[in-house]
Amino acid sequence: MATAADTHLPELGAVPWRPRLTARSLRTWGRVWTAWTVLGTVPFLAAAVVLFLLEPLSFPVGLACFAHAWIIPELYAYRGVNTVRPKDPRHAMAEPAAQGLLGDLLDHAPRALQRETGLALERGRLGVWLVAEAGALLVAPGGRRVHCFCVGTRERDLPRSDRVSHLLLALRTDEEGSATVANRAFSGASWRVRRRLPRTQRPALAAARRAARDMRR
Amino acid sequence: MSKLVRMDHTGHSTLAEWTAPGDSDFEAAVEEFRRELDAGYIGVVPDGPGRATQVTELPAEADLVIMRRPIAGG
Repeated sequence: MATAADTHLPELGAVPWRPRLTARSLRTWGRVWTAWTVLGTVPFLAAAVVLFLLEPLSFPVGLACFAHAWIIPELYAYRGVNTVRPKDPRHAMAEPAAQGLLGDLLDHAPRALQRETGLALERGRLGVWLVAEAGALLVAPGGRRVHCFCVGTRERDLPRSDRVSHLLLALRTDEEGSATVANRAFSGASWRVRRRLPRTQRPALAAARRAARDMRR
Repeated sequence: MSKLVRMDHTGHSTLAEWTAPGDSDFEAAVEEFRRELDAGYIGVVPDGPGRATQVTELPAEADLVIMRRPIAGG
């Protein structure tokens, strides 16, 4: 008689210090990111304004402060989007077989979207996931916030689609556990993520946002 | 026909196929499944869109059992 294992991912054993991620802790994490971003930008904006009021000729320094305030969140978003940015092709000969297996795991629409963008759309309890080969984006219910996770299999000789399948199967087995195992890279406004996302992947984010808007908060 | 496949450098390899529990093919599949578990693979049964079940013994009734590697934060 076959038995199902514990519904918790076995990989959680490698990160015993991490509390299991929940919808609530995810929202808290998002707020912390927002607060951190504000703390990292407002002082520079304030400094630029104060300097200009004290001495208008100091405007070059003020412009530098403005630039700094703009760059910090952009760099964070860039780091977040890097988790799903397409990697260099690897094991291209094995890719068709891997793509076939991944296609079998997906419904028609997500399969077509994955082939177009490289991102597999997966509806979960925490939001709508876009799964790539070495990370995932989670569009929160409502579609306005995106969490970026860096996670993948350590196996070096797997083709791209097999890597996506690994994450997809782990996510389907234990969504909160998968998010707990993953490293968090960024959380912020979806428009900020969209700007940094390669153009080829943007349709996937748009589809995920549409799906996330239908979810109840 | 049920299948046991492993995701690997070829895309995926079919390790075993069987038609009914108790036949010799199924017994061979069980042995193969255990070997993969010992090698560090994790057995997963896709249960349709959005669902999958992790298994520690080969389910005879499953159409497809996939062996995957563990994941980790990058």
